[in-house]
Amino acid sequence: MKKYHLGEFEEIVILTIGVLYNEAYGVSIKKEIESRLSRSVSMGALHTALVRLENKGYVRSFEGESTEERMGRPRKYFQITAFGKQAMAYTKETRDALWQSIPKIVFDPKGTV
Amino acid sequence: MKHSPPKFFLRFFRWYCHPKLVDFIEGDLLEEYQERVRESGKRKADRKFIMEVLLLFRPGIIRPIKGYKNVNITDMYLSYFKLAWRVLLNHKGYSFINVSGLALGMTVALLIGLWIYDELSFNKYHKNYEDIAHVWGGRTNPETMNIEGLYALQYPVAEVLRNNFPQYFTHVSMAWWIGDYVLSTEDKKFNKIGLIVEEGFLDMLSLNMLKGSYQSLNDPHSVVLSASTAETIFGDEDPINQTLRINNRVEVKVTGVYEDIPHNSSFSEIQVFFPWPVLATFRGGMEGSETDWDNQFVNVYVQLQPNASMEAANAAIHDLYAKNVPADFYATMEKYQPFVQLIPMRTWHLYSEFENGKPAGGRITYVWLFSIVGVFVLLLACINFINLSTARSEKRAREVGVRKTMGSLKGQLITQFLSESFMTVLLAFALAVLLLVVLQTPFNALADKDIALPFDKLVFWGIALAFMLMTGFMAGLYPAFYLSSFQPVKVLKGVLRIGRFAALPRKVLVVVQFTVSVVLILGTLIVYQQIQHARHRPIGYDRQSLITVELSDPNYQGEEEVIRTELFNTGVVSAVATSDGPLTAIWNITGGYSWEGKDPNVEASFVTCNVTPDFGKTVGWEIVAGRDFSRDFATDTTDAIIINEAAVKYMGLEDPIGQKLTDVDEFGRPKWTKTIIGVVKDIIMASPYEPVGQTIYYFNDYASGLLHIKINPEVSASVALPIIEATLEKIVPSALFDYTFVDEEYGRKFSQEVRIGTLSGIFAMLAIFISCLGLFGLASFVAEQRTKEIGIRKVVGASVFNLWKLLSKDFVWLVLIACGMAIPIAYYFLSGWLQQYEYRTDISWWLWGITCLAALFITLLTVSYQTLKAASINPVQSLRSE
Repeated sequence: MKKYHLGEFEEIVILTIGVLYNEAYGVSIKKEIESRLSRSVSMGALHTALVRLENKGYVRSFEGESTEERMGRPRKYFQITAFGKQAMAYTKETRDALWQSIPKIVFDPKGTV
Repeated sequence: MKHSPPKFFLRFFRWYCHPKLVDFIEGDLLEEYQERVRESGKRKADRKFIMEVLLLFRPGIIRPIKGYKNVNITDMYLSYFKLAWRVLLNHKGYSFINVSGLALGMTVALLIGLWIYDELSFNKYHKNYEDIAHVWGGRTNPETMNIEGLYALQYPVAEVLRNNFPQYFTHVSMAWWIGDYVLSTEDKKFNKIGLIVEEGFLDMLSLNMLKGSYQSLNDPHSVVLSASTAETIFGDEDPINQTLRINNRVEVKVTGVYEDIPHNSSFSEIQVFFPWPVLATFRGGMEGSETDWDNQFVNVYVQLQPNASMEAANAAIHDLYAKNVPADFYATMEKYQPFVQLIPMRTWHLYSEFENGKPAGGRITYVWLFSIVGVFVLLLACINFINLSTARSEKRAREVGVRKTMGSLKGQLITQFLSESFMTVLLAFALAVLLLVVLQTPFNALADKDIALPFDKLVFWGIALAFMLMTGFMAGLYPAFYLSSFQPVKVLKGVLRIGRFAALPRKVLVVVQFTVSVVLILGTLIVYQQIQHARHRPIGYDRQSLITVELSDPNYQGEEEVIRTELFNTGVVSAVATSDGPLTAIWNITGGYSWEGKDPNVEASFVTCNVTPDFGKTVGWEIVAGRDFSRDFATDTTDAIIINEAAVKYMGLEDPIGQKLTDVDEFGRPKWTKTIIGVVKDIIMASPYEPVGQTIYYFNDYASGLLHIKINPEVSASVALPIIEATLEKIVPSALFDYTFVDEEYGRKFSQEVRIGTLSGIFAMLAIFISCLGLFGLASFVAEQRTKEIGIRKVVGASVFNLWKLLSKDFVWLVLIACGMAIPIAYYFLSGWLQQYEYRTDISWWLWGITCLAALFITLLTVSYQTLKAASINPVQSLRSE
């Protein structure tokens, strides 16, 4: 059963939103991902992921202030919802459980144990 | 300094991006762009920007194609309906007129729809509906070159079809004619309608056998009953293997029971099926039928092979006579070019009339007629709705103005007005369904149907929904577009002077309404006039207190003389006679006569009837020349015939009395010769709309089959009937006393026309009622609108009568125009309808006059209530009102 579903990129985005805490909006998220993961992210990919996350109810958004650079366009800040936190926890747990279940020998094929 | 990104791509982005997202993403793009310009220069930043815009072009970001509304649609619709409901409540009078008018119109349309559905589904109960056919024998009349024909066929036809065309037919089955039979158990007698059929007939009709099987009629002494018949005869007992006597002549065993055939089948009236061999016991002279190509007297039904086509089968059997009739006999038939054809089941009911050998018309005319009437009555109700909504538009113009100023779009206003219209339609439909439930029984009685309410059928609700949508759109579209197109500036300034022609569409619609109503009224009147015309036609005998008893029991044979004297002795009877044909139908037509001066090419066929000498006295026919039969003349017994006036004309006789009539066989050899002793006035036996056929009455003391009794005029029928019954019972105890009053039987000839007349009368009344409702609403609106004008006119000295004249004039004009238009339309259709009757009424001009006067009168009556009310208001009040 797919109770929670987070795609790989979505997971990265939502984690980044968490990292940025109150400062998560389009450009900041993009920069954070690009610097931390050293991969380039297009606006399109990012906003699509944000729209999806919002539609799934994992994040909520609110209109923020605007700056001169943005020519008066407001920023849209994102926050993780309680449901989103559950989804993240679930994802982490399943990953951890999978990690645990991997036999040691996989990482240590030479058999030092 | 700020740099701006490539304009074209920015615009492109704004064009495709979802409106909800456009501001934020654009902000992000711009913020990033400015940073890039700072970091790596404008050219690189531009290139990056273009890349980003192109990469943003993906689902999730692109705006939906259908356009995006940022409002909560359900809330808006709820608001529309709330408003619609309030508008309805606010104008109770108008709403009542609208809803009740529409409900009436819908009820009529629904009833007519059910009726048409029933007509179109006729015979579909039978699973082999598409494959069953009735064989019809046609021939060309050498005088007129017209193709005439009958369903009655020669006995060997069935045999030929069965043996020579197995590739076309799965079943070929002969059947006798549907008739009355007396079924009796030890102690009870029942009169039931039955049909004698060959094996395979039940199978062909795909009857639902509750007991027994399709083989149940294979035993020559078996009988198959309908479920309801089995119940009336045997009650709760198991009918299987019970013994019944039929007409007191033959004993049979019940071997099967079938589910009652529904009313919309050609075989619905049949309650009993008998096996074919039974026929021989009822009807003498069956010996040699197998090879008798002369006598046309049986029905032949066929069922096609699943892969055979009707056309192919028809073509194959067309010249059956030429190929199968022995050559010497065919020579006598050849000049008629006889042929057979298949009449498929689907045409039996709706196309029952033949024209030149092809099924041409019949009830389908009424199906069309009523469809048109239904559509029109519904149209009238819709017109009311349209007229009242547009007329009231001035009142709502301000509302529209305010709404538009507040930012309402035209489309939204249209939706609002349409939702009002749907609300009305919905209410009307609920009311119509209620009315339908109430009217079901009377309607079924009126239309002679057994139509069930189709509320359990999904199709009905589907159609009802489509129907409501259609009516809602029809009624609401025009007001919706008209009202929503007002310009707020003009409307709010109060300069909604709609011009001279603004009311024109409304007037045209009123004219349409009244044209339809007047046509319907005229139609009804003409139908009634035609019925009256035919009713008042002299029928040639006295049908008062005359009863006919069918002597089907064999024990009557030879008792006629006793019955006559015994009945006479009771004193309640003034005359008694027997004959072999009834007064209200033609049973025998015989050809092959000759007389002095006969044109040898004329095929002389006459209606014939054997009667006892008292027949004339009993039925009270009128002798116009010569004398009645009499026992005083010894020669009458063997030599005398009486003919009717039509026969005199047909034979072309100057002085018929004393002329001789000779019967010749098919080879022209005389069989006998009789003398005409009298001429009687034409007696209407068949249709009262047709000319009376040339008829010969034979003196025959042993005429049997039907007993005619003239009840003594001084004794009431209720006293006389039990005495007559007791007398007959005493003489023939086995027989069931089953009588008909001749005047009732005769009255039945009009039932079809009376039904049409009543139905069209009701529709006409509804039509005029709906039209008047609309007119009433319009008049009240006009009176309201002109309150001030009326006040001023009164102040300057106009009388109430003046004002009444002023206000009513407009409406009277409209109705007069409608009458002017209705007359040619009605004349066209009605003269067409009357063409089908030989004996028809003229369409008289005073009828037009009366109808138009009546329409005017009704109009004035409707309008006057409002106009007088408006005219009699104290001007102080009306001028103060604001």
